[in-house]
Amino acid sequence: MRWFFLLMAALVLAAPARALTPAQARALATGEVESRIAALNAVLPTADDAAVALIQAMADDAVKFTDSVVIVMKDGKGFDPVSGAAVAVPEAAEDVINNNEMRSELDAALASIKLFSPDAKVRAEAIKTLAGEPSESKLPLIEKAYAAEAVPAIKDAIGHVRAAMLLGSADKAKRLDAAKSLGDSGTPATKTLLLERMKAETDPEVRAAIGVALGAIEGRLAWGERLGVIFTGISLGSILLLVALGLAITYGLMGVINMAHGELMMIGAYATYVIQNLFRAYWPGGFDYYVLLAVPASFGAAALVGAVLERSVIRWLYGRPLETLLATWGISLVLQQAVRSIFGAQNVPVENPAWLSGGVAAMSNLTLPYNRLAIIAFAVLVLAGVSALIARTRLGLFVRGVTQNRKMAACMGVNTARIDTYAFALGSGIAGLAGCALSQVGNVGPDLGQGYIVDSFMVVVLGGVGQLAGTVYAALGLGVLNKLLEGWQGAVLAKIMVLVFIVIFIQKRPQGIFAMKGRSAEA
Amino acid sequence: MSAVPASIPTAALPSADEGVAPRPVPPVQTRSAAGAHAPRLLSVRSWGAVLLALVVVAIGVPLLNLAVPAGSAFHASDYAVQLVAKIMCYAICALAMDLIWGYTGILSLGHGVFFALGGYSMGMYLMRQIGRDGQYRMDMPDFMVFLNWKTFPWHWAVSDSFIAQMALVVLAPGLLAFVFGYFAFRSRIKGVYFSIITQAMTYAAMLLFFRNETGFGGNNGFTDFKRILGIPIATPSMRMTLFVITGCTLIGFFVLARWLVSSKFGRVLQAIRDAESRVMFTGYDPIRYKLAIWVISAVMCGVAGALYVPQIGIINPGEMSPAASIEIAIWAAVGGRGTLIGPIIGAFFVNGAKSWFTQAFPEFWLYFLGALFIAVTIFLPRGIIGLLRRNKKESAS
Repeated sequence: MRWFFLLMAALVLAAPARALTPAQARALATGEVESRIAALNAVLPTADDAAVALIQAMADDAVKFTDSVVIVMKDGKGFDPVSGAAVAVPEAAEDVINNNEMRSELDAALASIKLFSPDAKVRAEAIKTLAGEPSESKLPLIEKAYAAEAVPAIKDAIGHVRAAMLLGSADKAKRLDAAKSLGDSGTPATKTLLLERMKAETDPEVRAAIGVALGAIEGRLAWGERLGVIFTGISLGSILLLVALGLAITYGLMGVINMAHGELMMIGAYATYVIQNLFRAYWPGGFDYYVLLAVPASFGAAALVGAVLERSVIRWLYGRPLETLLATWGISLVLQQAVRSIFGAQNVPVENPAWLSGGVAAMSNLTLPYNRLAIIAFAVLVLAGVSALIARTRLGLFVRGVTQNRKMAACMGVNTARIDTYAFALGSGIAGLAGCALSQVGNVGPDLGQGYIVDSFMVVVLGGVGQLAGTVYAALGLGVLNKLLEGWQGAVLAKIMVLVFIVIFIQKRPQGIFAMKGRSAEA
Repeated sequence: MSAVPASIPTAALPSADEGVAPRPVPPVQTRSAAGAHAPRLLSVRSWGAVLLALVVVAIGVPLLNLAVPAGSAFHASDYAVQLVAKIMCYAICALAMDLIWGYTGILSLGHGVFFALGGYSMGMYLMRQIGRDGQYRMDMPDFMVFLNWKTFPWHWAVSDSFIAQMALVVLAPGLLAFVFGYFAFRSRIKGVYFSIITQAMTYAAMLLFFRNETGFGGNNGFTDFKRILGIPIATPSMRMTLFVITGCTLIGFFVLARWLVSSKFGRVLQAIRDAESRVMFTGYDPIRYKLAIWVISAVMCGVAGALYVPQIGIINPGEMSPAASIEIAIWAAVGGRGTLIGPIIGAFFVNGAKSWFTQAFPEFWLYFLGALFIAVTIFLPRGIIGLLRRNKKESAS
């Protein structure tokens, strides 16, 4: 059976210029999966437009067949796959059913056809698809493409896929060559490929060659992985920093544990969503720049809500931190439910603008997404802005004064009540900014804030109150530590270990990394 | 009321220890208690009320539920009995919360974890009692069969012994509370810091119990119980027995709490609440007192959890979510902390409202609960009890 198909394939290869025949179309569309795959591989090297159209149609599930004909369906009408002429669809026509194996073969076939596309981008995409499942059956095509390819990067990629295919070859010399050339690559896919071959390989010489190649790849991948962990850690840390900065202000200044902080972030995220929708509706051309307006909008919305909260609820609870904690928890419930009533309980879609999607490939297994990079930069900017505000402006001076000694500041003529409102609005606004940033990397939903609230409190507890530096170190430290442990023990255990670590750390330094020095007996 | 004033000055409620701006602490009004006669546990009237509650729970409700026919206006429906049983479990939690928060000034946002630990200890026993009646007809609980486990993990070693598991109901939460409390109190973590850390504790425990590998059934937890001590669990008489046990436990804990807070031990606790440093400088060691009441409170919650599980028929890690723990605090606050009857009233009020709201207006329940949190903290710092007392005083004057 197999020999027969190989013979067929050889025959087809021997006569390259032949167009798709009705018999081939039939063999492609009907019969056992095995014979259809053989027919597919036979058609491929000489595929003309008609054959490509048929394969594409099969991949799209738009082919029917009867006992005598194969029909490509398009917009509800039937066409003959060979001539392209419109034909009537008989009542008895059945759909061509593709199982998973057939489907992946069809995709691979389409990809290998695209290898000869004049567009370099299409070729690069195609070789990526093919790299996933190398099988020797497409080797002739790949050889042809390798010889024809002019762009060096794509030629390299094709060379790797070719080597991957050769790795399964029956010829020992070819396997040795393949192992050697694969060692130059640094992609995780190649590593799995080599590992799989290692299991099946019996020849010691080839095994040794594969081992060498594996060692080289692993060395290269390890760096990518390490840097990747540090990058995701810094990325998480920058988000935590954004979340905790606002908390540090509200808690540092007023001793208010704001449990609704997460919900203020949520408001910021929803403000971003609203701005996005407005841009889409009224100025689609400027959609890429909606984020620029969303940043002040999310700050404003959250700051406004924060100011209202301070004036209406929190004002009455100063000096009673435990009660504030409960009241703000109540506020968080109300805000969550309000958002559910207005926007629905489902998550809402927030789209990245074009310039924030994609990423820069720093290494073969390390891609730095633009949106994460943007958030890190954004966090740095917000941090710089807040520290400038606190250190250099009149408002900042008042805020510091009230934080250090409320009564004395009041005696000096500072309107402490107003400063409280401003500071709380500022902290809330920064929470809104954090929400705007989060909307670019995660889901926006009514419980967006809940996921971060425990973590951000940990940052504040660890960093200590009263100094931004503590918050910064704690946020970045926790972010990186979390991701390091995650790689080692998995996400849940990592989180638990971090919490245990914090509890132990608090034992040693109950006031956090940077504590305000004071003479209180309670310190 | 009793010779011991259960109320405390409003201004003294928030401990000055926690505030950013320390305020002068008003003198602690304990003179009446330090009088010549030894304080009685309860006044005659209160003893009468306790006795009446016992009669209602142990005789009244069983009669109304089992003996009165279902059509009668006096019939207590199974639904109502189960609801009241559930709320009584919650009331025990609120009482425990009141001991630690209302009387000692330590707000725990992690009491859900003790409740759940007690519940899980009971649940393990109930899971073993299912025997071969599970979906898979195997000796192991279904979730273990599903995970393809062949032997019980180490913490299930004594799970088929009722007595051992009942000991665990007390020991598991007690031990966790002891270890956690020892380290937290020793390094003088207090105020909101302590609250936040307890919240982190329950959050971490929830994450841990969500994992299948932990051996507690993952996010499904334990459910589908069949029998307890070999007796089928879903029969009316079994349900009634559990109800009576729960009610008696609640009343017993109330009297115990009364005894605790009116003893010298309790007075030191209240002193710690009002001015911890003064207590320390007077020569007491606040850590011991705080640790003792913390462990007692945790164990009470554990017992409540153990009573809750067989009646409600399910325990899962959701009980450890930070939101569940914070709700316990609001029960105590709504009823009136610093009193013992307050938290019980609060638990009944809030949970009664919850079961009504979630049926009548499900979308408004969170608005109501949120508003309750805000209103109670701003307008009713002493809860419903405070409101009742004020009205009484006003009408008297």
